Amino acid sequence: MKSYETVIGLEVHVELSTRSKIFCSCPVSYGEEPNTKCCPVCMGLPGALPVLNREVVEYALRTCLAVNCDINKLTRFDRKNYFYPDLPKAYQISQLYEPIGRDGWLEIQAGDLDKRIRIHELHMEEDAGKLLHDPWDDQTLVDYNRCGVPLLEIVSEPDLRSAEEALIYLEKLRSILQFIDVSDCRMQEGSLRADVNVSVRPIGSEEFGTRTEMKNMNSFKAIGRAIEKESRRQIELIEEGGAIRQETRRWDENKDASFPMRSKEDAHDYRYFPDPDLTPVLISSDWIEKVREALPELPQDRRSRYILELGLAEYEADLMVSHPDLSNLFEETVKLTDKPRETASWIMGELLQLSKDKSCELAELEVEPKAFARIIIMTADGTINRITARKVLLAAIDEQVDPEEYIAKQGLAMISDTSLLEQTVAQVLADNPASVEDYRKGKTKVTGFLVGQSMRLLGGKADPQLLNKIVLVKLDNIVQN
Amino acid sequence: MDLRKFSASRLAVMLSDGKISASELAELSIERINKIDSGLGAFVTVDESGIRSQALQADALLAADKNRSPLTGLPLAIKDNISTAGIRTTCASKMLADYVPPYSATVVEKLRKSGAVIAGKSNLDEFAMGSTTETSAWHITRNPWSYEHVPGGSSGGSAAAVAAGLVPLALGSDTGGSIRQPCSYCGLTGLKPTYGTVSRYGLIAYASSLDQIGPIARTSADCALVYTEIAGTDGRDSTSMIDNNGNFSRKLGKLKDDVMAAERANDFSGFSLAGKRIAVPKAFAGYELQQETAEALEQAIRVLEQAGAVISECELPLLEESIPAYYLIASAEASANLSRYDGVQYGYRTARSDYADLAEFYSLNRAEALGPEVRTRIMLGTFALSSGYYDAWYLKAQKVRRLIRSRYNEILTEYDFILGPTAPRTAPLLGVSLDDPLAMYLSDVFTVGANLTGLPALALPCGFDNSGLPIGLQLTGRAYADDELLRAGIAWQQQTEFHLALPSDKEAESAVAAQLSGVRGEVES
Repeated sequence: MKSYETVIGLEVHVELSTRSKIFCSCPVSYGEEPNTKCCPVCMGLPGALPVLNREVVEYALRTCLAVNCDINKLTRFDRKNYFYPDLPKAYQISQLYEPIGRDGWLEIQAGDLDKRIRIHELHMEEDAGKLLHDPWDDQTLVDYNRCGVPLLEIVSEPDLRSAEEALIYLEKLRSILQFIDVSDCRMQEGSLRADVNVSVRPIGSEEFGTRTEMKNMNSFKAIGRAIEKESRRQIELIEEGGAIRQETRRWDENKDASFPMRSKEDAHDYRYFPDPDLTPVLISSDWIEKVREALPELPQDRRSRYILELGLAEYEADLMVSHPDLSNLFEETVKLTDKPRETASWIMGELLQLSKDKSCELAELEVEPKAFARIIIMTADGTINRITARKVLLAAIDEQVDPEEYIAKQGLAMISDTSLLEQTVAQVLADNPASVEDYRKGKTKVTGFLVGQSMRLLGGKADPQLLNKIVLVKLDNIVQN
Repeated sequence: MDLRKFSASRLAVMLSDGKISASELAELSIERINKIDSGLGAFVTVDESGIRSQALQADALLAADKNRSPLTGLPLAIKDNISTAGIRTTCASKMLADYVPPYSATVVEKLRKSGAVIAGKSNLDEFAMGSTTETSAWHITRNPWSYEHVPGGSSGGSAAAVAAGLVPLALGSDTGGSIRQPCSYCGLTGLKPTYGTVSRYGLIAYASSLDQIGPIARTSADCALVYTEIAGTDGRDSTSMIDNNGNFSRKLGKLKDDVMAAERANDFSGFSLAGKRIAVPKAFAGYELQQETAEALEQAIRVLEQAGAVISECELPLLEESIPAYYLIASAEASANLSRYDGVQYGYRTARSDYADLAEFYSLNRAEALGPEVRTRIMLGTFALSSGYYDAWYLKAQKVRRLIRSRYNEILTEYDFILGPTAPRTAPLLGVSLDDPLAMYLSDVFTVGANLTGLPALALPCGFDNSGLPIGLQLTGRAYADDELLRAGIAWQQQTEFHLALPSDKEAESAVAAQLSGVRGEVES
């Protein structure tokens, strides 16, 4: 069998988190009662007209700059005509002839290599509504709330060569979109969606193979699976002497496979033409510069700063920039603790564990940087031990307690009173003669048990190092005697 | 009292002076509608109780006498493709037979605020596609000057309502001549305003880049009163004009004040044509004008010259190309604009349930509810935009449009107005135009230019043919100089009396007696 390489291009749709929709003043919402967030304009009633929301252009500009696109200073909207019940005007207002951004790129780290993925274009468009099918009475209902929610479509060149690369690109793109605050990028809510174009060709070949387009993947994992499966399907088909059909395929998550939706022959003729209801948008250099100046620090820049200036390891820096909320928590906390590595280690240790316990995303934990910083500092200076710190952190997150007050009220300060510790240890040794006997026989493992018992009697608040030392000294005394 | 003897501007003064009340005026209007509209067919929907309650409000406004508009208390017909909240808006199509808009067009909001009395919704060609009002799904409308003739279209209902004296004023919409041509056929004055000066919000689109709402009335002064009320920037229409320094609205304010002052003083001599430079394109003569139309135009030139205007001939190339360019662009835009009528959210839905799939469901809904003229234009437009044909048809038409626009603007740097006929012939007989649609399309040759260029154009009565049917002329002006155009029209009507002639009521009465046609819809609210 020949060796093949997979060629992948991605069309990413992002819902923008602007306050209102792209062509009317209805709010951008999610999960509201059906058909309560719409008006004559987004419902496409006769005579209603679109008026472009300036904020959408602003968000698009921000994104263009973040992904290195050339900005089209005279950008225009076109009508994309097709009939579907979720599209009330039977045309989508989109951009074909003069999209706002062209010729951008993103750098991704694939393995040890830095690779530049080119972006063909970036354009603005309106989202369609949602169809809700009720299989019970075989009815389909339409919810127009999502109609007119602003979307950006970011179309990559076919520069990706594996499912892994595609996912790295998507993660990178998502992180950028979140850092520049244009979208929350929640795949499960549909605010980030990706269609994937896949083709294969023998390694070394310059020509592209026939591609298929896949839709309906609801997670990054599904995208990865879909690419792998499709690439394998195409290679097997070619090896069997078959030919790839240019077609659109639908990914079925439950069946872990994709199925043909429509072929090239019955592809739509969208009959694009400039929307006469909207005037061309003129973007001044001034406007672009203003957006550029206000552009937040991008994740890749933060990452290098964390490594070079704050001394984080690469894997630590990667996690810190995985979401803007997390990165902001890290930065805010470091400002107060002045301990970047310690703070990072708290995030990667205690917070990560907490998020697993609560089965939520790390970034979703609502941690107050001030409280978090106090806990880190108090642990470092020995006011509390690490066990107590976890308890306080949980209380700070769940009940928004003030760490100091909480420690005082609950009497959680670390016990470093040597005589109290000695008394307690003596008591524990007296109560556990068998363990002491084991120790005498050389079973040093029992120290752990004895320290634990002592800690338990001290309500978990003892200075662990001191307690450990005292247990060892006392045992050695007994053995020597 | 015969409503028809008074211009709207005269009625405005009478209302203001308490010589007549809005309620009395409303009763006169209702009475006249009830008397002859069953034979005439001008209205699709008449809101009788609405007329009375609006008139009462207008009388209260008149009594309070604060910030009154000249339109307060004046009955007005609105073309049935302009959205009126709570009042059925059908576009004369089976597709929208039961459609009651939840919102009003900007122009309707403005009129309501001004205290004008909306009498009802007037008939039109289905979705404004046609030149005769014969493609209406409801009924035909007759020409008040001769019941065997069409009133023109697509704003035929509005024109007939004013010409027959059912209401003194009406709104029409003009995509390729749909205000001006029926005005010409019915002996009325009508303005196709500069594109973007009147909001299209709520106007059910035919061709978005060409559509414009405008007034239909007996005189230029009356058109001015309506236009100054409905024009202006609208944040809900992206194609509406920008009036940054307020110059435009100041010009309109001045026009309104001048008209009302002149009407009050009964002296319009302040409106003059002296020194106005008017161009007459040579190419217009090349068209087969009806002989009386050509003569009326000659006569008009003499009158204008006597009034002090300077008339010159000019070149106007691409006249022939303007018709295909217009029909390609209009149809292309219409094919997208009318796609929303799919029977899913509102509008007509097939009674059949044996469709195989979504596509057949759509086909049934659309084929059963849209008339042949509308279907023809949708298909033409769909074709013009199809992959592989876009450049050859749509894009080429846009290029022709740009050339035409630049030529018109060149002429208008030298001249104040361009003069020509509004239509090559007077109103055709009922039933002949639809048999030869190409000839019908070609008869738009003088009017489509203003739509392709966006320029304002005013249709004015200028004579009668041998059978007594009105003839109209058209003045085209500079962009955003609609006020200049209306002033010229007022001056023209100081020199002529064509606008004062009234059709006889004899035919109307016999038509009603014979119950010739027409079933009016009921108001839904």
